[in-house]
Amino acid sequence: MIEVLPADGLVIVAKRECHTCVLVEPVMQSLDRAGPLTVITQDDPAFPSGVGRVLDDQQLERSFHLNIEAVPTLIRYEGGREVGRTVGWDRAEWTRLAGDAAAGEGLPAWQPGCGSRSVEPGVQEALIARYGDPGLASREIPVGEWDDPIEACFERGWSDGLPVVPPTDERILRMLGGTDRKPGEIVGLIPPNLAPCTVEKVAINAVMAGCKPEYMPVVLGVLEAALDPLFVLHGLLCTTHFSGPLVIINGPAAKAVGMNSGINALGQGNRANATIGRALQLIVRNVGGGLPGGMDRATLGNPGKYTFCFAEDESDPDWEPLAQRRGIAAGKSAVTLFHAEGVHGFIDQKSRTPEELTRSLAMALFGVGHPKLCDSGNAVLVLSPEHYKIFKDGGWNRRRIEDALYQALKRPGRDLIHGAQGVPEGLPASMADKIVDKFPPDGLLIVRAGGPAGLFSAIIGGWPGQRVREECQAVTHEIR
Amino acid sequence: MNHSSKLRDPTAETSPTRRARLTPPPSLDGKVVALMDIGKSGGAVFLDRLEGHFKSAGVATKRYRKPTNTKVAPPAVLQTIAAEAQLAVIALSD
Repeated sequence: MIEVLPADGLVIVAKRECHTCVLVEPVMQSLDRAGPLTVITQDDPAFPSGVGRVLDDQQLERSFHLNIEAVPTLIRYEGGREVGRTVGWDRAEWTRLAGDAAAGEGLPAWQPGCGSRSVEPGVQEALIARYGDPGLASREIPVGEWDDPIEACFERGWSDGLPVVPPTDERILRMLGGTDRKPGEIVGLIPPNLAPCTVEKVAINAVMAGCKPEYMPVVLGVLEAALDPLFVLHGLLCTTHFSGPLVIINGPAAKAVGMNSGINALGQGNRANATIGRALQLIVRNVGGGLPGGMDRATLGNPGKYTFCFAEDESDPDWEPLAQRRGIAAGKSAVTLFHAEGVHGFIDQKSRTPEELTRSLAMALFGVGHPKLCDSGNAVLVLSPEHYKIFKDGGWNRRRIEDALYQALKRPGRDLIHGAQGVPEGLPASMADKIVDKFPPDGLLIVRAGGPAGLFSAIIGGWPGQRVREECQAVTHEIR
Repeated sequence: MNHSSKLRDPTAETSPTRRARLTPPPSLDGKVVALMDIGKSGGAVFLDRLEGHFKSAGVATKRYRKPTNTKVAPPAVLQTIAAEAQLAVIALSD
């Protein structure tokens, strides 16, 4: 319990690191001599000197309950009620509240104070969690004082196999500070259990994934896109295929949260890339109940099911970013979700013209799923800067690359039917006399990313579920 | 309890806050039962009797023992039990 403040008298909240507080130290001494004064000190119990009643508030409990925003704060109490308060040093205000003993001869008439330690970034949420009402609806899960909270999360099945950040109230409150949306708002129903997911549950899982609060608008946008019925998240979760959600971010949001679109864009090392994709998967796991071996029936899965998220390189004004290609206005942030298996590396260090590179890329792209199948999933082509330069130097833009690859990805059906080339897998015999497309016209999503050196691009195969276009497609949503 | 000893549930809260016990198997057919002696006096007597009952019922058993009753079982013992048996009976006290 903290000491009760006197019903009548003066209270000053101060800290030594504040120049104005140090400036008014003689005033505090003068007030102490004149009448009942209590000084609440936030950082140094020995400050101020020469004052009889100094209360140590390094834990900031008093400052929190008194709602202190700046120091020094002078408060006058009468009959147990606060009757006046002033912030900073202002001779007129101090003498009005405390009389002539607060005149502070020799001091300037006015000097602003400093921010209270109780409102420093991140502190407010911790104080609410400790001393206030966090207003969270999710039920509390007690963890033994001597137990490791990270291990407790593992034991409760809340982890994807890697350690999660324990979702404490202060972390959740900080995460909720990253969005204006109400904690109780339901974002959608998460498959497979179709469980309602509130903004608060998103924040909890974002904490566990390792997100920063400023990622929340992106995480919420990603989740809303994933819940678009056309994305068929339930089917993607349940499939025996490799695939999981791939998240591609376009627009100012990607830069705002520091996402990587350059060196190692598809790899490890960037917090936003890593944790935004992971947050989506943890929400599916924890809120939706989608557990491997349960509803997740993947034969092998792929490492991207931990997290698979990157931003597009939009540094070239000649390049039409993926989101704009898919209908989002320029300057807006957007998320594109694709049903992705793993990354297949594409190496071509000899092509020097757009035509050569197109033919070369088509050879590799035809291998998606199986070289004799044309309904085994769409694809994302991640063009590296050096490969893109070949197209750009040849005067090709996105549309021309797409058209050329679409044409280059046609094959005679007779080469692909069952038994052709000695391989049973393949298209029905009825396709023998047709020219078939590997992908539908919009089935190849091209995105730019990667480091400046390396004639390597990446092919990310899709999910066979995409073959029914009316039911299942990649989706692009604006992030608001 | 301290301030860090409370977490918020990230799930849809459809299960109890206390973790559920594993469901007992419907039958012991084909199962191996680990008989774990924690090193307290009398434990072996109890396990010997139990082993006899399991043997009469045609259930396979294996015996295990902690090096000392004052500490938790070392990981190697737990891993061995997990690899070799599907159920365990622990003789907890004198």
